[in-house]
Amino acid sequence: MLPRAKEPFRFCSRLSLTVLTGIKARDLRELLEHLRTVPEPVIYQHTHRFLQEHQHLVPEPANDFAYWVTEMLNDEEFGERLASIDTVSFSSLEDLRQTLIAAIEDHLKAGGDTRPAPPGKEFHFTRAIKFSLLTRHQAGDLMEFAECLKKVSISSLYLHIFEARLRPPLGINDFSHWFRTQLGETGLSEKVADLDPYTYTLEGLRSKILGFIDSRLQEYSNAAT
Amino acid sequence: MPRLEEYRSLVGADTLEELYLLARDLKGKSVLHVNSTAVGGGVAEILSRMVPLLRELEIPTQWEVIKGGEDFYAVTKKFHNALHGDAQEIAPKDYQVYEDTLDRNLAQMDLGSDIVFIHDPQPAALVKKRQRLKNRWLWRCHIDLSRPNPSVWNFLKPYVEQYDSCVVSAPSFAQKLGIPQIMIPPSIDPLSDKNRELEPEEIKAIVDRLRIPMDKPLVTQVSRFDRLKDPLGVITAFQKARAHVDARLLLVGGTADDDPEGVRVLKEVQEKAQGDPNILILCLPPTSHLEINAIQRASTIIVQKSLREGFGLTVAEALWKGKPVIAGAVGGIALQITHKFSGILVHSIDGTAYWLKQLLSEPAFARKLGENGREQVRQNFLLTRHLRDYLMLFHFAGDTSREMVRLG
Repeated sequence: MLPRAKEPFRFCSRLSLTVLTGIKARDLRELLEHLRTVPEPVIYQHTHRFLQEHQHLVPEPANDFAYWVTEMLNDEEFGERLASIDTVSFSSLEDLRQTLIAAIEDHLKAGGDTRPAPPGKEFHFTRAIKFSLLTRHQAGDLMEFAECLKKVSISSLYLHIFEARLRPPLGINDFSHWFRTQLGETGLSEKVADLDPYTYTLEGLRSKILGFIDSRLQEYSNAAT
Repeated sequence: MPRLEEYRSLVGADTLEELYLLARDLKGKSVLHVNSTAVGGGVAEILSRMVPLLRELEIPTQWEVIKGGEDFYAVTKKFHNALHGDAQEIAPKDYQVYEDTLDRNLAQMDLGSDIVFIHDPQPAALVKKRQRLKNRWLWRCHIDLSRPNPSVWNFLKPYVEQYDSCVVSAPSFAQKLGIPQIMIPPSIDPLSDKNRELEPEEIKAIVDRLRIPMDKPLVTQVSRFDRLKDPLGVITAFQKARAHVDARLLLVGGTADDDPEGVRVLKEVQEKAQGDPNILILCLPPTSHLEINAIQRASTIIVQKSLREGFGLTVAEALWKGKPVIAGAVGGIALQITHKFSGILVHSIDGTAYWLKQLLSEPAFARKLGENGREQVRQNFLLTRHLRDYLMLFHFAGDTSREMVRLG
């Protein structure tokens, strides 16, 4: 028999509106200078925006900084270095900021290119006003969860997988947390937590998690017969 | 006009659900849109589609158009060009014409809605009345403000700063302002005649009627005959590429009877194309939405080699039709295309020739660009996304101190 949760999982959607800060960088030195001082929501926006707006592009570029360095400064080598920063390994935006800063500092110390972007191709710092919408989808067990997961928007997936890792309990996505604490599904919880979500499109991620749940439901079905 | 439910199969049930959720707490809140024209131009086109959808979501929405004489529109046309960065001679009496016209409009307009949403510079100074009203004011600028003529911008800026927020289409359009600047790109309507799905027979009938031969891959640019759209550069690029690949170029533009510059450019284009059987020039009336739709769908590659561009929604139109697009890396085009993922961004005639050759030789890669481009538009540039952004904007209406809004 499927375990039933005391607290159902309520799916929310995450939407955001982009606010322009008016801060821009023409070259790597200016990028570094602003990276040191911009608020955390700006760091979040430029390391996660791409996931929502370009979710159909597999699987790069991972962040706006890497894209700008590669495409606007034409520095493919350093762009690759920035793209390879493992966003998934950070559970705090401050740590992610410091890693980005260190990478640029190292590059500049090693004589890295400081030529400016062509006029009109500057890096514009933005941040987001976030909207959290409680949807009508809620699940009390794994079967219901799978049904909901098929229907919810990709922005819901984004919220529960990516944003969840950056708020308490830090470092874990909402799905894994609920599987473990409400259903006692430790194995499933770990499988989902072990995914590197940054290497999938959101639709790809949905399929992958549904696959894990289907396998688990099959095990319950086999055990019952 | 289409109802929201008609968008379900195109954008998904989840997108519609988000719209209903966002609108739930706004029900009954009145919105007034004000612009300077009821027909023609992108702003009127978007409002004509947006206003009925807002009403369907039970947000009482009005749309008013300011009235002005020829002298007013001559001045605001100068403003428009100046804000795009052109040098313009603007006399003190021009500013007076602007102020006087808006004062006359102010005397006649009811601006008491909960949210007053003013579009573009023409009605911007209506905001001077807001002190007497306890409502929220938003200014939507559809113009590329990245290099404005300082004299006109300095005249408008004190008005703009009286608004609660200003909305622009791209990050590079941001200005130094004392109010929040929100980025909301424009959109296309997937159910309009210009963008709706067409049956193959329908496309063929239109292409046959327009006498466009389909014996070779068709490379098309849809644009006014305007130097900033670089039609002569497109011809040069095509002729360079033709040395290696077989194709036909089609330049489709408006008749431009009232635009002496346009007539001159068209003549130059015709002269340059003369004697080349692989180049077709087609002039269509501005209402030829269905024809443009069919031509875009019949094309192998769409080019939009603009040298300057406000946003360039013809790019989104082509991407929505799953076409590989080669476009100038200017204005809002760079927001619509991620280079080599969802299209190709170019900076020169040689770059355009190179990518024409590449895409005509590598149809599988070209097809992938088109597929990615369509998804890019589905996620980011359809009317439903635009509507969603406006609903979010209405929720906070200028109070950007909040980083999070929880609904439901």
